[in-house]
Amino acid sequence: MGRKILFVTTDQQRYDTLGCNGGSLSRTPAVDALARAGIRYERASPQSVVCMPSRSTILTGQHPSTHGVWMNGVPLPHDAPSVAAVLRDAGYRTAIVGKAHFEPFLDVFGRFEENTLAAHGTEPESGAHRGFEHLEFATHGAMGPLHYARWLAAEHPEELAGFYPVLDADFQVSADGGGETGAPQVKVNPIRRADYHTDWVADRTIAWLDSLDAGDDWFCWMSFPDPHHPWDPPEDEMARIDWHDVPLPEGYPTSTAERERILDGKPRHWRLWYDGTLVSNYEAPSKWVPATLTPDQLREVTARNAVECELLDEALGRVLAHIERLGWGDDVDVVFTTDHGELGGDFGLMFKGPYHVDALMRLPLVWRPAPSSGPAPAVVHKPVGLIDLAPTFCAIAGVEVPAWMQGRPLPVDDTDADARGFERVLTEWDSELFGVDVHLRTVTRDGLVCTAYLPGTCHDGSEGELYDLDEDPRQQRNLWDDPAHRAERDDLVADLWDNQPPTRSPRLRLEAPV
Amino acid sequence: MNGRRGSVRYEKRIDAPADDVWELVGDPARLCEWFPGIVSSAVDGDERVVTTATGLPIPERLLTVDPLLRRFQYRIDAPMFHEHLGTIDVFDLGDGTSLVAYSTDADPATLALLIGGGTAGALDELRTIMESRN
Repeated sequence: MGRKILFVTTDQQRYDTLGCNGGSLSRTPAVDALARAGIRYERASPQSVVCMPSRSTILTGQHPSTHGVWMNGVPLPHDAPSVAAVLRDAGYRTAIVGKAHFEPFLDVFGRFEENTLAAHGTEPESGAHRGFEHLEFATHGAMGPLHYARWLAAEHPEELAGFYPVLDADFQVSADGGGETGAPQVKVNPIRRADYHTDWVADRTIAWLDSLDAGDDWFCWMSFPDPHHPWDPPEDEMARIDWHDVPLPEGYPTSTAERERILDGKPRHWRLWYDGTLVSNYEAPSKWVPATLTPDQLREVTARNAVECELLDEALGRVLAHIERLGWGDDVDVVFTTDHGELGGDFGLMFKGPYHVDALMRLPLVWRPAPSSGPAPAVVHKPVGLIDLAPTFCAIAGVEVPAWMQGRPLPVDDTDADARGFERVLTEWDSELFGVDVHLRTVTRDGLVCTAYLPGTCHDGSEGELYDLDEDPRQQRNLWDDPAHRAERDDLVADLWDNQPPTRSPRLRLEAPV
Repeated sequence: MNGRRGSVRYEKRIDAPADDVWELVGDPARLCEWFPGIVSSAVDGDERVVTTATGLPIPERLLTVDPLLRRFQYRIDAPMFHEHLGTIDVFDLGDGTSLVAYSTDADPATLALLIGGGTAGALDELRTIMESRN
C-alpha cells in the first residue's frame, strides 16, 4: 500500500486570498494548517493564465506550446498524455470531481466528449477517460450537460435560476451587473449552501472515497469551480463579510490619474482594454469597460470572492476530516493550488487576459506530504510551476517520471531547489480572436519577471515588461525601457528564448470561444 | 470582429475532383453525412432544418445552390442570430484535386466561432469521405 494523493484545485484564486500567504479577509484554516505541516511555495506560476491551457499543463506535465492547447477553445486531444493514466497504470484508483475543462464548454454540435460523458453516468464506458476511471463534472453555475447541472435540475430545479447567467443573449461573457453596486458578474443567489457546487464537489469526492477499499491507492483531483466569476455564492453566507467594510485591494490605485499613469507604462493593450477600446480575448466580459469600475463595486466583488474562498476551505476541511475518519490520514499527500489568478482590482482591472503579472501568475501552492513520509515543513522561494505537479504525483506514487513530462518533482525546500536547479519558470500567452492577436512569452527568475511580446495586432514585437518583484511587488513600474536595467533585460530575454519548449506542429485548431 | 459581427473561414484541400466533392456538398439533404454533430437535415423547398447531436433543431434558409460556381450559401434563421451567412465554395485546382472553403459570418460574433468550429470538423470529415473513395 502506497501514498494516496488528494489533489485540490480551485479556479482563478489569488495568492493573497489565503491566510498562510498573508491574506486577512478570508479565513482559510484548512489550507493554512496544510501549509504549516507541509511545504508552501512563494513563487508558483502557471504556464498559462487561462483555464484550458493551464489545466492541460497540469494533466500532461507539458507547456502549452507542447501540449498544443494554446488558448481557451482549443480542445486537448484525446490521445494527449495524462498523469492520471500513468498513475492508473501503476495501480492507482483515479477520479476527477468538479471542473475539468480540457475541452470547450460551448458545444452546440455535441462534438466534445467531456460534455457528453455525464449522460452516461460517472464511469466511462471505455474504462477511463484521460486516465480517470471515475468522473463527475461541474462548472460555474448550473447550465449545460455536466453532472452537477443534471443533479441540480433533477433534485432542486427551483434553484437553477438563482445563478448568474454567465453568457448574455449574444453568447458573450455577460457584463450585466448585480448585487448592491451593479458590479459585473455579481448576482444574489438564494441557493442553499448544501446545493451549491462547492459543497457538491466535496460531497461527491467523499462519496467516491467511500466507495474505495481500505487498501486501495488512489489519486483524486478535487477541482472546485470557485472563486472564478461569476460571484454568486449562496446569499445566506454573505453575512460573513460586509462588503462595506472591505478595504480596497493594495494593488488598486485609487486615483484615476495614477491608474492611467501605471497602465501607460505598460504595452498598449493594457490601456486599450482599460478604456474599452480593445477586446483581445474571450475571458472577460467584452461589453464591460474596466475604467467604469467603482471602488464600491470592487469592494463587493472582493467580499463575494472572499466568501467563496472560505466556503472552499471549509469544503476541503470536511473532506480532510472524512479522510481521517477513513483511517487514511497518515498516508495521504495533499496538494492545493489553482489554475491561474484573478486581476482582482490590480491596476483598476478585473478578470483575466494577456497580463503577466502577479495577480494572474503568483499562485497559491501548498504540498502537505503524507505524514507517514516524515515531511519537514518548509517555505520554498525558488520559482516552480504547475508543470511540476504531474512529475510530483509520479514521485509520490513511486513511479518513474515519463520522458514526455517537462517539469520536475517539486522541491521540498530551497536547498533542494538549489541543488536541482529550480531557477526559472516560463509562462506563455497566445490569443487570436476575430482579427485581434496577442502573443507573450514570460520568464520569472532571479526576483524578476520579464515578458517579451511577439508581433500582433497592437504590438510590433519590440515591446516588453520587466519588473523587480522585490522592489516593485505590485508591478507598477515597467523597467523594460529603463537603460539602467538594459543588461538584466537582455540576459532575461536571451534566457527566455534559450529555454522555450518544443512546439506542437501542426498547431491545434481553435474550435469554440471557451 | 467588426462591431458585433464575426467572420470565420476554414479551407481544406481534398484529393478528389471538384465535381465529385460538389455532388455531396451541393446536396442540402446530405449535410448530415459529412458534418459531425448534425444528425439529420430535412429539406423542404428552400428551407432546411438540421438537428444537432445535442438535440437542437436549427432552421435554415437555402440562399444559393449554384452548380456552375460550385457555391452553396445558407442562412440560419434561429432567433439567437441577428444575422448569419454560411458559404461553401468548391474550387477546382486543375490537377484532379479541389479546395473547399467554408466560411461563417454571424452577428453576434461569438456564434460565428461556435458554428465555425463545427465547420472545421466538417471539412475534415468531408476530406476523409472523399479521399476514401480513391
